Amino acid sequence: MIRIVDYGLGNILAFQNMYKRLNVPVGLAKTADDLSDATRLILPGVGAFDHAMEELDRSGMRARLDELVLGGKMPVLGICVGMQMLAERSDEGKLPGLGWIPGDVKGFKSLNQPDLLLPHMGWNDVRPAAGHRLFNELTTDARFYFLHSFYFECADPAHVAAVSSYGKEFSCAVSAGHIHGVQFHPEKSHHFGAQLLKNFAEL
Amino acid sequence: MLRPRIIPCLLVHDDGLVKTVKFKDPKYVGDPINAVKIFNEKEADELIVLDIDATVQGREPNFRLIAQFAAECRMPLCYGGGVRTVEQAKRIIGLGVEKVALSAAAIEDPTLISRIAAEVGSQSVVVVLDVKTSLFGKQEVWTHNGRKNSGKSPLELAKEAERLGAGEVVINSIDRDGQMKGYDLALARKIREATRLPMSVLGGAGSLQDIGALIKECGVVGASAGSFFVFKGQYRAVLISYPTPEQKDELMNTALPSRAAHA
Repeated sequence: MIRIVDYGLGNILAFQNMYKRLNVPVGLAKTADDLSDATRLILPGVGAFDHAMEELDRSGMRARLDELVLGGKMPVLGICVGMQMLAERSDEGKLPGLGWIPGDVKGFKSLNQPDLLLPHMGWNDVRPAAGHRLFNELTTDARFYFLHSFYFECADPAHVAAVSSYGKEFSCAVSAGHIHGVQFHPEKSHHFGAQLLKNFAEL
Repeated sequence: MLRPRIIPCLLVHDDGLVKTVKFKDPKYVGDPINAVKIFNEKEADELIVLDIDATVQGREPNFRLIAQFAAECRMPLCYGGGVRTVEQAKRIIGLGVEKVALSAAAIEDPTLISRIAAEVGSQSVVVVLDVKTSLFGKQEVWTHNGRKNSGKSPLELAKEAERLGAGEVVINSIDRDGQMKGYDLALARKIREATRLPMSVLGGAGSLQDIGALIKECGVVGASAGSFFVFKGQYRAVLISYPTPEQKDELMNTALPSRAAHA
């Protein structure tokens, strides 16, 4: 079943409700033991980068997640700060990220565009990479809800799964094999988000 | 392209959904959870829920009700009403709410904004400013459901909210509440020009044209409304509505033609 990594951050219930509506078996994981029946993982996250990394460490699940994802090649989807945690580091904090996808997290502020309202908040268009399966049936007119001030900059452009525009074109979804992340909130993006979460369950 | 947001604002009073006029005479318009379900179906951009009793009665937010809202809501949710502490804000975010709105407590003690932002992130902190115009035309921010004058100017408070790390400011016109004759565009423009925060405007919308006028004035903005989404016709029959995706596209393309061409 899909296990939502519940380390105290992010809208856990919204994911659970979304998958229940899609009739996809889903459950929370609060401890490493809870991960034993996982076949897919959702890694949510909100707030500050370092705080999220600290809370994940404190949950006692981090080592098991590393094993499952890096050793066991289990599909994982990081959401919002959960996506940023996949990177090696973030301009927002001092702690290293999970380092599952090569890249850095940068702030929109560093673009030095005084007219850019921050945070990037609201519904924005998303342009997926051609044929990306996470975006099945989301190739035209896809839009999602964003709420963030930092974005993922991939070291390898091949890992960019979708882009959006705010101040610049930035990667709003990343994929490296079975490891995926989206900056927007599919759990709060109506039928667009439901389709993306369904796609992840079927990857 | 980032789109303007069209945001129903639901007022909760005695556990029911109500609509006021100039912050007075709450009229019962239905069950709040049922309203959320309808806005889910209509795929509203976002939802604001304000408990208009909590601060006035000096009580805590109703966490049980907030949990119900969060579980039901399939769009981003902003909750406000009675939030006075960092712990309360954290608990609300933990229930699955995207944004916590502060008003009276943040105006009395603005450091609350930065203390909550440090815990839940700026993106989840909203400051709501309820603005009333005096007989002499002076605009001031009122709290406690429009009963207490803070004596402070909306412009100064909006700038202060930005400086202290809020992620959004909601400008709510008490004078225009329930009037359905249009937003206070001059005030909206003044706040837009003075800050670089995302902004939503509430109070006065009675038609799609009113929303279009706000977008034309302020660009990518949150256009929020209560009456417009719950009443129909001149007799104000209760009927929940929300613009269709086509109406929203047309509204945006008309109000922001340069952006439409860009897309």
